[in-house]
Amino acid sequence: MTTTQEPQTAAVEPTRGTRFTGWAANYIDERTSISGLVKEVGRKIFPDHWSFMLGEVALYSFIVILLSGTFLTFFFQASMVPVIYDGSWVPLKGIEMSAAMDSTLNLSFDIRGGLLMRQVHHWAALLFVASIGLHMLRVFFTGAFRKPREINWIIGFVLFILAMLEGFTGYSLPDDLLSGNGLRIIDGMVKGVPIVGTWISYLVFGGEFPGTDIVGRLYTVHILLAPAILVALLGVHMLLLIVNKHTQFAGPGRTNDNVVGVPIMPVFAAKAGGFFFIIFGVIVLIASFFQINPIWVYGPYDPSPVSAGTQPDWYIGFADGALRLVPPGWEVELGVFTLSLNIMVPLLILPIFLALVAFYPFFEAWVTGDKREHHIADRPRNAPTRTAIGAAGVTFYAVLWAAASSDLIATHFKLTIEGVINACQVLLIIGPIIAYFVTKRICLALQKKDREIALHGYESGRIVRLPGGEYIEVHEQLDEYERWKLVSYSDYKPLMLRPDAKGRITFGQRLRAVASGWFFEDRIEPVTSTEIERSHSDH
Amino acid sequence: MSKKSEAPSNRKAGRRSPLATVALLTIGLLSTGGAYALFTTSATAETSAAADAQIEEGGKLFAANCATCHGMALQGTSQAPSLIGVGAAAVDFQVGTGRMPLAATGPQGEQKPVQFTAEQISALSAYVASRGTGPGIPDEKYLQGDGDAAVGAELFRINCAMCHNVAGAGGALTEGKFAPPLSGVEPAYIYEAMVTGPQNMPVFNDHNISPEDKANIITYLKFLDNTTSVGGFGLGDIGPVSEGLFIWIFGLGAIVAITVWLTAKSN
Repeated sequence: MTTTQEPQTAAVEPTRGTRFTGWAANYIDERTSISGLVKEVGRKIFPDHWSFMLGEVALYSFIVILLSGTFLTFFFQASMVPVIYDGSWVPLKGIEMSAAMDSTLNLSFDIRGGLLMRQVHHWAALLFVASIGLHMLRVFFTGAFRKPREINWIIGFVLFILAMLEGFTGYSLPDDLLSGNGLRIIDGMVKGVPIVGTWISYLVFGGEFPGTDIVGRLYTVHILLAPAILVALLGVHMLLLIVNKHTQFAGPGRTNDNVVGVPIMPVFAAKAGGFFFIIFGVIVLIASFFQINPIWVYGPYDPSPVSAGTQPDWYIGFADGALRLVPPGWEVELGVFTLSLNIMVPLLILPIFLALVAFYPFFEAWVTGDKREHHIADRPRNAPTRTAIGAAGVTFYAVLWAAASSDLIATHFKLTIEGVINACQVLLIIGPIIAYFVTKRICLALQKKDREIALHGYESGRIVRLPGGEYIEVHEQLDEYERWKLVSYSDYKPLMLRPDAKGRITFGQRLRAVASGWFFEDRIEPVTSTEIERSHSDH
Repeated sequence: MSKKSEAPSNRKAGRRSPLATVALLTIGLLSTGGAYALFTTSATAETSAAADAQIEEGGKLFAANCATCHGMALQGTSQAPSLIGVGAAAVDFQVGTGRMPLAATGPQGEQKPVQFTAEQISALSAYVASRGTGPGIPDEKYLQGDGDAAVGAELFRINCAMCHNVAGAGGALTEGKFAPPLSGVEPAYIYEAMVTGPQNMPVFNDHNISPEDKANIITYLKFLDNTTSVGGFGLGDIGPVSEGLFIWIFGLGAIVAITVWLTAKSN
């Protein structure tokens, strides 16, 4: 690239600007040897598919969060010292509240741009976690977590957990009624842990809930600890992204050994810069027009009132839903101890669910026994069992999520809250099973359709009458490029149980054979070139 | 039909002297205290004749529209509670907001277009009040919305928000019942709801929340009604659920649309 441009640049006398950038680049390179890095990173290729930009959305909304959050720290007081509010919001004048709440109200009403920054920060946080979620779904359903990207999946998963932690600690900082209620639920969950629960609660809150320490502690987590880990892991995440390269969908010229797209320098960098400002703009637009977390309506935290419609931000909703779905009476009295299964069960189910998400790549790698590197993204239909498992997981999560708003579903759709809860309880068990089978059948059907189209072309809608009087519909054949997209996917067969070198069949092998059978028993084989040739000679 | 409905009220009126009714009413109202000052002044001697006519008119309306369920003597039936002692405030609230007469039995009587004119509602209220002492129509001075909004807001959060939501957006109760949204509700109805505890709502009597504090609560609700939503559209004031749905559907939806648009041309 540089060699082809040299004659052109030589013909033109370098301007003062070009001379300066040249000098500056040279100055920096001589002192940092950065050119090697730029050469390496600058040739990083980004494929053009919209779903590959979701991670970018998360990154850019995180930058927006950092910028707006820095502004907020200039004015926020992370203290629970009681003060009397004397700001602009009339319905709270003269009310005692913590300095945290007071300063958040001042940010909202009396500091120029404060409310906009608060709303930008909060909306960006919601978008951050949402885009991470969508990004994870994309990676999962295209199989982009396969070797060599398993570690990056784990790092991404930790980033997701950290994002939720950031979100929840931020939600709790203003010390308004809603955030206090949220903390009370956390306190209740911690206290539900047998034996040590109460001790941990006292440790976290510095005494009896709510105490006077928690806002300060959460603040340290929110602005120092969690962001530091988050930024560090984000760096590793992106470094691994460069090392592993992007995946890409199958297509002409796209192989397992290359990446087709635009290089980071200069095309992608320019596009990405523009995209960052688009994301920033969308967030600011939303923050300007839509209210979020009106703490002035919630008022200062007081342990006695709980408002109707008290919910956490969306990403904690699944945990709230899990608590709501526990049937009544799940408490066992063992002498002087009460075993709160109503809290223990959700407290166990949620980490198990999250662990399944985190370790799925390793499970699938074990089932397939595939040690190859995979750089071609799967179309979800071409991995029916994985897609079905994903759909079941999404359904499970979605039911928990919906259950968190059971009261609002009841009022808005004129239902009984008991009915909504009971329906969610049933759906939590049945829903994933239905989703699994339906998705798997749909995937297989789509694969059959692809196979049909690859072999026989698609229906052109042109009806022709043959000399003998027979009517046929003419099928148009796909061109080579289009067919390539349909036929190129990796095919696995169920594992055949064979004795190992010592002539034994181990238990692990048997287990793997069962899992492999479950994964690959129902499958549509990719169209082979022989089949294509045979189908052509038929016509 | 009309004859039937007239007959019992005539008989009842015949049993008591007109002054006895007024005396009963006056005693009842005095016993409930200063909150009903306005009502007692209206029940003075010179207006007693008019009041009698109004009560008689109310009796006819009651017999025609309410007695099927509540009983001819307000004693209640298996379908509906007794109305003896519910007071004028209860009738004014239930009928004035269209909740009564019920269109159909259900988890709770819902608001619908009002069935009676203001005069008819006053007549019904007066009639029911004449049959037993109960909370009267609130004094205008408590309905002006000129109290202390901060005190009202705090009382609202402590006493009302668990069902009606901190922003008065309403909320779910058990078995399909619900606490209705409070935006745009007339001050008199807010006050009457507090003193009479309609349907599933508990009663907040004057010992529980003083008339002045009720006025403060009304002040806060009116403040919310009259203040433009700070920070943009409120998304139904139902908190994080609508915010979450909004960011997924419109926020992320818009951004995905942009990503599709950005990557569309090169393919």
